[in-house]
Amino acid sequence: MSVTNPNWKPKIVAFCCNWCSYAGADLAGSGRMSYPADVKIIRVPCSCRVNPMFILRAFERGADGVIICGCHPGDCHYTSGNYYARRRLTMLFSMLDYLGIERGRTRVEWVSAAEGAKFSKTMNEFVETITNLGENRKLGDIRCKKS
Amino acid sequence: MNSIKSRALELLSDGTVKRVIGWEKGEGEADWSPALFETAEEMNSFVYGDYAGSNLSKYCLKFNLAEGKTLVVLKPCDTLSFNQLLHEHRLNREKFYIIGAGCKGMKDENGRLLKCNACKGKDFEVYDEIIDDEESRKPLNVFDRMIGVAELEKMTAEERYEFWRGELSRCIRCNACRNVCPACTCVKCVFDNPASGVQSKAPVTDFEENMFHIIRAFHVAGRCTDCGECSRVCPQNIPLHLLNRKFIKDMNELYGDHQAGVGTEERTPLTSYTKEDAEPSVVHERGNA
Ligand code: SF4
Ligand code: SF4
Ligand code: FES
Repeated sequence: MSVTNPNWKPKIVAFCCNWCSYAGADLAGSGRMSYPADVKIIRVPCSCRVNPMFILRAFERGADGVIICGCHPGDCHYTSGNYYARRRLTMLFSMLDYLGIERGRTRVEWVSAAEGAKFSKTMNEFVETITNLGENRKLGDIRCKKS
Repeated sequence: MNSIKSRALELLSDGTVKRVIGWEKGEGEADWSPALFETAEEMNSFVYGDYAGSNLSKYCLKFNLAEGKTLVVLKPCDTLSFNQLLHEHRLNREKFYIIGAGCKGMKDENGRLLKCNACKGKDFEVYDEIIDDEESRKPLNVFDRMIGVAELEKMTAEERYEFWRGELSRCIRCNACRNVCPACTCVKCVFDNPASGVQSKAPVTDFEENMFHIIRAFHVAGRCTDCGECSRVCPQNIPLHLLNRKFIKDMNELYGDHQAGVGTEERTPLTSYTKEDAEPSVVHERGNA
């Protein structure tokens, strides 16, 4: 979809689990590895705390892409949260695709507390994908778009 | 099958059950509705036959804590819904007397029901007794129920988007699909939350339409028996089964075949996992974008 608003910059919401990915983001910050300021991090206790409604709401309120980050499979601090999350998110992403929403707008990445570099790389990549996809029009509420 | 009526009456009269959940005729020839019968006199209007399409499992919830036993008449596919409710500990098996009723495929004024064209077979998952006949044990001719889903999957994302806008924009949020669904049994539903901004009201934007339908289907994913009630009751003829079946198809392909309501295993695909499960990126890698 073409970008109509010349001032448009992608808005990304990143749900990060407290124990691994949020710490990974922290490490990226303290290690001065840069990632775009358009990424807004929301800290959640575990990747499986992410209710499908959170993701849809983020899109409604103007996100152009949503990424969920959690501990690597096997490393979840609640043992199995990310295994459940993996199935649920797979199903949700597939449904969004089925409804015709661009599939690149959603992503899951497992980032450990030691992977600051991976965090920064993932975010840079994701912002690039979303920039190429352009503004989210299919799953947003136009009333929430401010500019 | 008159014997269902006389047997139900017998069990009501001898005190085995306190009430009967069945069907009665409505205004039109093809318009039969679920009904409650508490006396022998009320049983006069009990009917069973070609138009008894509605699935009575959900009505059992109301009588789970009631005094005495409740008799419920269930067709083979309805017993899957009842059994699923047992898996979820929503119903107490002891409180119900189930008559498994033989079924030759149900109809409405437009002919055979959509759900019966995808008949799941003539076995009863739970019952106290079965009343059927030769004719109702014969398998029905059915279509591959996943054809509709597969056709949509073949389209481009843009075509799918247009298709679903056309369908979902007709939704008036009457909530009939939710209310009838035997898998939707939460006492407090997310869609009744006054703080949600979407409480029992017609959708205002595309987003609200999409959201309601994604969340409705998601909340029953893995527990939906594909009983077909939601599509049957929708006054706007929205093909809700195409959403439910998409989840069923995906789960079957990725996590192994599963039919909700069969057997005694309580875990569903979304309440279990394996360490080797596919990553969500499989969605991004397949088929048409
Ligand atoms: S029954 Fe149909 S119109 Fe009513 S809420 Fe469900 S999809 Fe919308
Ligand atoms: S979602 Fe529809 S098909 Fe599935 S159990 Fe509920 S009413 Fe039946
Ligand atoms: S605690 Fe990180 S995914 Fe569960």
